[in-house]
Amino acid sequence: MPLLDVQHLRVEYAAERPAVAVDDVSFTVGEGEFVGVVGESGCGKSTLLFAVARLLSPPAEITHGTVDFRGRNLATMTDKQLNVLRWRDFSVVMQSAMNALNPVATVGAQLADAMTAHGKYSRSEIAERSVEVLRLVGIDPIHLRSHPHQLSGGMRQRAMIAMALLFTPDLVIMDEPTSALDVVAQRALMVQIRELQARLGFAVVFVTHDMSLVSHFSDQLLVMYAGQVVEAGPTRTVFDQPAHPYSRGLLDAFPSVRGPRVPLTGIPGSPPDLSRPPEGCRFQPRCPVAMAECATTRPPLYPVGPARSRCLLNAPASAGPASAGPAPAGSASAGPAPAGPAPAGPAPAGPAPAGPAPAGPAPAGRVPEEEKS
Amino acid sequence: MTELLRTRGLTRHFKVGGTFSGKRLHAVDDVDLTIEEREIVALVGESGSGKSTIARLLARVYEPTAGEIFYRGRSLAELRRRRDLLAYRGDVPMVFQDPFSSLNPAYRVKHGIMRGLILHRPDLDSAARQAEAVRVLEAVGLHPGGEILERYPYELSGGQRQRVGFAQALAYRPKLIIADEPVSMLDVSIRIGLLNLMASLREDAGVSILYITHDIASARYLSDRVAVMYGGHIVEAGPTEDVLGDPKHPYTQLLLSAVPDPRAPLDPDAVIGSGEPPRVVDPAPGCRFRARCPLAIDRCAVETPLLRELGPRHRAACHVAD
Repeated sequence: MPLLDVQHLRVEYAAERPAVAVDDVSFTVGEGEFVGVVGESGCGKSTLLFAVARLLSPPAEITHGTVDFRGRNLATMTDKQLNVLRWRDFSVVMQSAMNALNPVATVGAQLADAMTAHGKYSRSEIAERSVEVLRLVGIDPIHLRSHPHQLSGGMRQRAMIAMALLFTPDLVIMDEPTSALDVVAQRALMVQIRELQARLGFAVVFVTHDMSLVSHFSDQLLVMYAGQVVEAGPTRTVFDQPAHPYSRGLLDAFPSVRGPRVPLTGIPGSPPDLSRPPEGCRFQPRCPVAMAECATTRPPLYPVGPARSRCLLNAPASAGPASAGPAPAGSASAGPAPAGPAPAGPAPAGPAPAGPAPAGPAPAGRVPEEEKS
Repeated sequence: MTELLRTRGLTRHFKVGGTFSGKRLHAVDDVDLTIEEREIVALVGESGSGKSTIARLLARVYEPTAGEIFYRGRSLAELRRRRDLLAYRGDVPMVFQDPFSSLNPAYRVKHGIMRGLILHRPDLDSAARQAEAVRVLEAVGLHPGGEILERYPYELSGGQRQRVGFAQALAYRPKLIIADEPVSMLDVSIRIGLLNLMASLREDAGVSILYITHDIASARYLSDRVAVMYGGHIVEAGPTEDVLGDPKHPYTQLLLSAVPDPRAPLDPDAVIGSGEPPRVVDPAPGCRFRARCPLAIDRCAVETPLLRELGPRHRAACHVAD
């Protein structure tokens, strides 16, 4: 049984014309797994996290679906039931550590606050555990007496992670924890999250708009667009053979420091208004390979090798071999799309086809790394 | 090429601690930077390296503690008359990092652009101003300009707001736009459009751009020359392809290795450290990077390395590099 099993989750923002921010999203997170959720601002990725953690406040509301955490549905729990699980079994790291930490309380006081809210501990136990978690994230315990403004951005973010790890939860949900950091601090934090994960065994759901950031760290990837999952699969597969034009667009949106300098276009246009999404495929107005039927037909998630993609080009009918199963077929069905650059990357197709089924415990993305370390 | 702006020994210190602590934070120390006409120079470094302080010094938000800034050969310290200062500010406008707080939410897009036009181009009458406002909006890719003028910032996306920032700057008919992290608050998918816009402003309007960023990959995409800052010093500078293709300074190498690149495998040997910026409060002599440097030698602790020529126009401040 997966640790977290989200099925057909739907979140609406009640209004005259309700905006469906999360539309029929299903995914699972296994024990110790790292799942990346990527997409542009306004694609519903943060709403999804908040829904999973039951942190939504009106007018947002879960209107359909289940969020099973260790077999118990979080979506229907009362606050009292949730309080037992929150922070102890799953915790959340918010986006902006600048705003998420209390500016007028010391780091130590905030750690103590979280501990007393979720259990009965003596002062010495609290002090001991606070020192432990700060050491865990590489902050000198002297900063227990520091206020947030005395810490650098990277340290604040790591203090947030220390708070989330107070009770060594099974699942840590992270909402763009690195977006306020520069590249070096960002990279350091990602490596640290990965190390902590290996040591403590928690699973991570990591939301970001920067797809490149999770490329080396996540096992499974969920690409969201306009409230829907448009592509999901093992990270390496999605990077090496992106099946959905939107994933390809995201991948081509950032310049590289290596190789030739090529002009990039990004993804022209902006995401649709969720209260009036386009008919048919929601990406169709911005899609470089849209066909006439895209404007009218709503594509479901088609299996593409070990991944799934919400694009008519991936429909089994339009590319026969797609139903044949394994990864190579996936790339074949992505073939007809003329947008060349992404597959043309130096994809060393090596690890991808060897990748196990999506439910497998050691997805492709992780393999080469473990061999090296 | 003609030199547009040059700094010589530019230095800015800030007082820190209590009134009588006497401690000084060295935000920018002894920086020599040249920007030529129609040139895009990238200033790269991590948070706290002093790059935004340089932007503010150039925009005359701060006065330098020491050193000079020359604009078209004339020292800025000589600009005393209001008219001269105004002319300089019109020639060298700034675009800010956060498009969500740099536009006044109470006013329409029109407001900021019109104010700039009234102040910096008094020769235009109101019809000409309107036409010019529409022109600059369309020049930054906001169509139809006439309609966007009447919008409020909340009606625009982050990318569109940042384009308004560039339109405001463009309205002054600038020579040099100082763009301080103009894309770091935007989605990755939107960023590239802004980078392309900056490139086109150079092509079409002939402006120079000082592009300040911590993202060395975007610096490579956009710039002709790059200067890498660390702890208030420029540690490496030169033509972009030379610096990034053959980085001499260990910090530049570190920056390059930190860029996430899904097209390449993760480098397990990359030395990243914790990514903590250096403390530059009353620094002792010596290289400011030495605590994080894998190549540090004894000399680095006693002598501050100066920029040395290591290739054609390619300079690095490191005792070890060659």
